[in-house]
Amino acid sequence: MKRSWLLLGPAGAWLAVFFAVPLGIMATYALRPRHVLGGVYPGWTATHLSRLFEPLYLAVLERSVVLSLIATVLALLISFPIAITIVRATRWRALLLFLVVLPFWTSFLVRTYATIFLLRDTGAINQVLQFLGIIHDPLRMLYTPGAVLFGLVTGFVPFMVLPIYASLEKLDPALLEAAEALGATSWRRFLRVTWPLTLPGVAAGCLLVFVPALGSFLTSDLLGGAKVELIGNLVQNQFTSARNWPFGSALSFLLLLVVMIGMLLKLKLSPRLTTNDQ
Amino acid sequence: MTRRLVTTIAVLGYTALLLPLLLLVLFSFNASRSGARWDGFTLDWYARLLHRPDLTIALRTSLIVAVTSTVIATALGTLAALAMGRHRRRAAAAFESLLVLPIVTPEVVAGISLLILFSAAGIHLGLVTIIIAHITFSVPFTIMVVLARLRGMDSSLEEAALTLGANELTAFRRVTIPLLMPGIIGAALLAFTLSFDDFVITFFTAGPGTSTLPLVIYGMVRRTVEPSVNALSALLVLGTTLLLIVAHRWLGRHASGGIA
Repeated sequence: MKRSWLLLGPAGAWLAVFFAVPLGIMATYALRPRHVLGGVYPGWTATHLSRLFEPLYLAVLERSVVLSLIATVLALLISFPIAITIVRATRWRALLLFLVVLPFWTSFLVRTYATIFLLRDTGAINQVLQFLGIIHDPLRMLYTPGAVLFGLVTGFVPFMVLPIYASLEKLDPALLEAAEALGATSWRRFLRVTWPLTLPGVAAGCLLVFVPALGSFLTSDLLGGAKVELIGNLVQNQFTSARNWPFGSALSFLLLLVVMIGMLLKLKLSPRLTTNDQ
Repeated sequence: MTRRLVTTIAVLGYTALLLPLLLLVLFSFNASRSGARWDGFTLDWYARLLHRPDLTIALRTSLIVAVTSTVIATALGTLAALAMGRHRRRAAAAFESLLVLPIVTPEVVAGISLLILFSAAGIHLGLVTIIIAHITFSVPFTIMVVLARLRGMDSSLEEAALTLGANELTAFRRVTIPLLMPGIIGAALLAFTLSFDDFVITFFTAGPGTSTLPLVIYGMVRRTVEPSVNALSALLVLGTTLLLIVAHRWLGRHASGGIA
């Protein structure tokens, strides 16, 4: 089978035609005059690109980036303890892992919708707080930026837990024992041994949370009640009600640009990480 | 002290992750229409699902899309992985690093870029465009899963078959493929789930006449507080759970983690 590298052909051609070419056409659409029924007219214009720099849209971009960054940090703060708990567990290890894998595979739409049962005025959190007499009137949680943040964090936490768990599992316990024998405190052991050795998993996890959070529109749509507009909602809008495809294309490239910056940061954090380590 | 903090955060994390799903399943049996209080047990919302022909059609569409795109994406992925696993050629290595791009491209961008392609090419949106879109987002994942299995395989078995006089095709058919099978099945399961659950990319490539199950659920969630959507969503959660348990039993612990 000397020519078996030709087997790359079908998948390569498929991705070229249905991934690369569409992005190329989208790039040209960002420079075309807008057709009011969707689509574009022939000709070239830079209006859509210059519109990106209007304060209104810069504010949406800023809000999306900030919210996604906060979501990534919070997801990391929750995922590390979960991953450590799974690795430490002996009898319940398979079950604890299953309980992370289950939401990982469950429809994101369904999970986002289910969050409403927790956060709404008559939801579980408010009922418990009222039952305990901590609050009298229900707290307004649904349809706030906090609800969107909650949805993003819980939505993408499994994507962070699994790579961190994978790198924790590979960690040689002898290293931690050595550090302990040499008198390192638990915090010091974490900072000097565990953290550096799990950094590739952390970097992969951060990317797997940040990227989908940045491009999300479902979470803000269902939990933000159209009050918390993110760049994903803005893009979706241009292709549905606003019918401004060229501006939507320009916004998409802005989104891709931020994603690429995130990718580069991740590569800097873990230069040896390749795709098969995920 | 730190240990207690770690456990506390982990418990809170698990609660935030799983409690909504539990509440969803619970409320799908709630007799109350508004769902604010528990008004007793009922199966009405499940029964109501049976009287919605649009759901049956959407389920059929979802299954057709998932099965077709899984078969094609797994075939394309397996072929590509075979090429990449055996050849340390520059082209294969470059292709492997390029595979990250479709995975990190935000779904909304992938969706609208396909919408633009279909519109520019004058292709009518419908079943075919959904299937094309689903194959596109599944292929990078199927390649990665099969490739991981291929790299973990012992190549000496294939060499032994060749030494014992099997020709290349026989060695491939009788040794390589059976050894690769868990990877191929894992890839297919992943592709099927990705397809069956996908909302965002389908939203942009479906066109007005065709709906998959997630599109119908989205429509129901946005419009009303009709509790039968809880029953439908709960069925999806239970379906996922069963599928996972079966995959776990069948493939051992590695495949159910999929890409993780």
